[in-house]
Amino acid sequence: MNQLVPAGKRSLAEISAETQDYVTMFIDGQMFGIPVLTVQDVLGPQKVTRIPLAPREVAGSLNLRGRIVTAIDVRRRLNLKDREGQTKPGMSVVVDMNGELYSLLIDSVGEVLSLRSAAFERNPPTLDPLWREFSAGIYRLDGKLLVVLDVGRLLDLGRSEG
Amino acid sequence: MDDLLSEFLTETSESISVLDVALVNLEQNPNDREILQNIFRLVHTIKGTCGFLGLPRLEAVAHSAENVLGKFRDGELEVGAHAVTLILTSIDRIKLILSHLEQHEAEPEGNDQDLISQLNAMAEGKPPGAAASAPPPPPPPPQPSVSKKEPLPGEVSDEELQRIFDATPGPADMAPPPAPPPAQEQSQPAHPSEPHEAKGGLPATQAESKAPAMSGDAKESAVAAQTIRVNVELLENLMTLVSELVLTRNQLLQMVRGRDDSEFSAPLQRLSHITTDLQEGVMKTRMQPIGNAWAKLPRIVRDLSVETGKKIDLQMIGAETELDRQVLELIKDPLTHMVRNSADHGLEGVEDRRKAGKPELGKIVLNAYHEGGHIIIEINDDGRGLNMGRIRQKIVQNGLASEAELDSMSDQQIQQYIFKAGFSTAEKVTSVSGRGVGMDVVRTNIEKIGGTIELKSVEGKGTNFTIKIPLTLAIVSALIVECGGERFAIPQISVLELVRTTGTSENAIEMINNAPVLRLRDRLLPLVSLKSLLKLGKADEELAETFIVVAQVGTYTFGIIVDRVFDTEEIVVKPVAPILRNITMFSGNTILGDGSVIMILDPNGIAAATGAMAGSSQAAEQAHLKDLHGEEKTSLLVFRAGGADLKAVPLALVARLEEVDVASVELSHGKPVVQYRGHLMPLIMVSEHCQLQKEGRQAVLVFSDHERSMGLVVDEIVDIVEDILKIEITVAQPGLIGTAVIAGRATDVIDAGFYLTQAFGDWFGVTKETSAFGEEQGGKRILLVDDSLFFRNLLTPLLSVAGFEVTAVEGVDKALALREQGASFDAIISDIEMPGLNGFQFAEAVRGDARWMTVPMIALSSHATEKDFERGRKVGFNDYVAKFDRDALLETLSQIVTGGAA
Repeated sequence: MNQLVPAGKRSLAEISAETQDYVTMFIDGQMFGIPVLTVQDVLGPQKVTRIPLAPREVAGSLNLRGRIVTAIDVRRRLNLKDREGQTKPGMSVVVDMNGELYSLLIDSVGEVLSLRSAAFERNPPTLDPLWREFSAGIYRLDGKLLVVLDVGRLLDLGRSEG
Repeated sequence: MDDLLSEFLTETSESISVLDVALVNLEQNPNDREILQNIFRLVHTIKGTCGFLGLPRLEAVAHSAENVLGKFRDGELEVGAHAVTLILTSIDRIKLILSHLEQHEAEPEGNDQDLISQLNAMAEGKPPGAAASAPPPPPPPPQPSVSKKEPLPGEVSDEELQRIFDATPGPADMAPPPAPPPAQEQSQPAHPSEPHEAKGGLPATQAESKAPAMSGDAKESAVAAQTIRVNVELLENLMTLVSELVLTRNQLLQMVRGRDDSEFSAPLQRLSHITTDLQEGVMKTRMQPIGNAWAKLPRIVRDLSVETGKKIDLQMIGAETELDRQVLELIKDPLTHMVRNSADHGLEGVEDRRKAGKPELGKIVLNAYHEGGHIIIEINDDGRGLNMGRIRQKIVQNGLASEAELDSMSDQQIQQYIFKAGFSTAEKVTSVSGRGVGMDVVRTNIEKIGGTIELKSVEGKGTNFTIKIPLTLAIVSALIVECGGERFAIPQISVLELVRTTGTSENAIEMINNAPVLRLRDRLLPLVSLKSLLKLGKADEELAETFIVVAQVGTYTFGIIVDRVFDTEEIVVKPVAPILRNITMFSGNTILGDGSVIMILDPNGIAAATGAMAGSSQAAEQAHLKDLHGEEKTSLLVFRAGGADLKAVPLALVARLEEVDVASVELSHGKPVVQYRGHLMPLIMVSEHCQLQKEGRQAVLVFSDHERSMGLVVDEIVDIVEDILKIEITVAQPGLIGTAVIAGRATDVIDAGFYLTQAFGDWFGVTKETSAFGEEQGGKRILLVDDSLFFRNLLTPLLSVAGFEVTAVEGVDKALALREQGASFDAIISDIEMPGLNGFQFAEAVRGDARWMTVPMIALSSHATEKDFERGRKVGFNDYVAKFDRDALLETLSQIVTGGAA
């Protein structure tokens, strides 16, 4: 996946201790990011097995080189509408959570960005409470805002339901 | 061998090999404190363990060696080559004793005074006699002084050693192989004193010392060689690899399946076998008796009983039950915790128990056993049980539920709260338990491995925990089904049978107020629709055909309606992600041969989901089961002969299945016979419609009795099935007992006895053993009590032919009615397992009344164990014969009847 190769245009100053690397991804045009070290794999469209009776956020499970990975539909998790007219199949980002693998289904994966902490902001209080729950903060980028996803909370399905 | 001892041997062998290396290092770096410290510790450990195990000889040697090492460590003695040799010698001696221990589980006779005195001398810092004299260490480089100083003692020491050797009785008493090491150990001290120049001139000594050393190496403790310690992680990896191998194998098999001519078939078959063996082997390496997890419990309970002043009796049943190591590790702590809880909270103090009218000695019973692919572990105590009042109070206090909510809950539901985090009702926190961490952790741990924990508690009576955990987390065989477009796996172990239903077949699904049921043979099977259960769509979509998987959970049998059934596959069970663990319908998931992920259905969960139904029909279920048990299953051989309809005969009566070459069939008196194993075997047709094949090979069922054989000509052997043999329709036609439903098909059960008498008119009569009584038995009356029509029909002709007059009845009440009518018999043959009154009760009834009190009785049963025999004797049976054992029955009968007459 060439997206995973860090862009070579970073200046030395940016690679200082003040930066953190994020894998960026898009859902419904919104840019999200998760720390690059939590990402295990980036996958193209996969055959996902439905799991009956599972919470609706659980898209199913898939086979990643012999390991069973639970797929989470981030769209549904963020209370966004399901994608209409499957124009382009989605992608997924596999993360490791306490030894369990989860695949986050998203629309597409962007590049890896090194972001300076100076550009980091806390969640604005006006943010939707559900989003506030899953967002660890916001990065101001040129012309865009990046929402840092809190993967732990995103995967803690029992929590938001209870 | 004693576990403790074998563990000691393994451990000590390991320490000793470490020691060998360490000592050699020490010799090179005599001033390395760390090495010295290490060696000292190892020897000290050996000494300590020996003392603990009561091995005085070993202990003495280790003790002396330790003394010397202590001096080295404290710097009181210099480490020299001689000293190291002496220590090595001691180690060799320890090895020798160990190897004897291993073979005989006892220390060898004899003593090690020679060695000990040398060691002691060394410890005291003086040379041990003239012979092995190590130079006192003062000169800083000891080695040169050794070589210069003693050109002669080398020879002297040989003699000396010989003397010591002769004087040491120990090794001589042993089996020859262990003998060499002493030679080695005694020649070794000589080494350092041998001048270097002399070495070449003393080849004999060298050879002598080397050869034994080699034999010693070769004999490296057999225990140590038999068991090696393997990193658990390695085993886990191995298991994962094997699991993947199994999956790949399955994938390959699926690809080749259906292509008969594939050149891959044969090697693949071989690969398949090897994989299976490998899988089993690796699985075995991971199985451990559950007793390993219990080993610490007696001690914990003992300490607790001292600490709390309670009297506790810990009983452990089924410690040998094996389960996967991984599972064992995970339940070890929960189990310990629960037993601790039982001892600390569960059981009352002596005083309280006495007040409650219980015996002072409180009981904790651990019971482990296998049940349907699971291990069940029960932890029972007869203590005070859960205090409902306090639990309620605590629940409200912690804000887990309100009073009103609690009022609507059953006691059982309320009790479940003890599994919540931070919940402890113990009044005070003891050192043992009561911190409120625990039961929630126990539950989490058990659920982590796909297990369940149930709690039953009666206040004042005690508490019962039932833990159910999978036998292994690894590989199971599963049936793959499809429902609503999704595939699922059902563990084969809970599948009883498959039924195919179509709208028109006799097996149609019927509805009682929207609850689907199926008439299966002579009972009503409750059904659940997987589709509606898993919300995969509407259940009422009519399909041309559906399948019903008949599953059994505990005592509850039910059918699961699915759309399609594929075949069975070996699957590697992987636990579902934690976020899905609350879906009780699934016990795990797996990857199929084609690489797709599928969910594994949990029949327990499905049964629980239909729980209300199960509860109400429980009683009826029980009653039905009793019925079922009343009729045992019989192995039946199903075949076709003279027509398309199925015929069956009890497999136990058939000696062999043969194919005879039609060309070899000869005629004798116009009847077909073949030469078979040196005798003529008549071939009998099942009916006149039946004919021998024109050419090729003819399938024949061979019935044998002593040297005689009879071949029953059949067209085709269909199957061997195990089913309840219940004759539904009886027919007058000779050769047929009647028609029964076998494996779901109407099948004619043939009367083997009829054909046997056709082959040899005297089949039952004239064998040597029985012929002697043949005539005398005329007119002897036998009462045959058996609930199975089949056996009555089988035995009646058999006994009649043998010359008895037989009255057969189907139950004890009928038999007793005959007694009331004044009938009298010379002998009674009775089945044991019968509905209503069983054979034992029948015998008691017979013996308890004057009329038939003296009539000999023979028990007839398929379970002829020693215990049954004993019981039979006790209630008044004269003898006990296994069903199907014609000879034994006839012989016994003859003896009893004639004996009784004489």
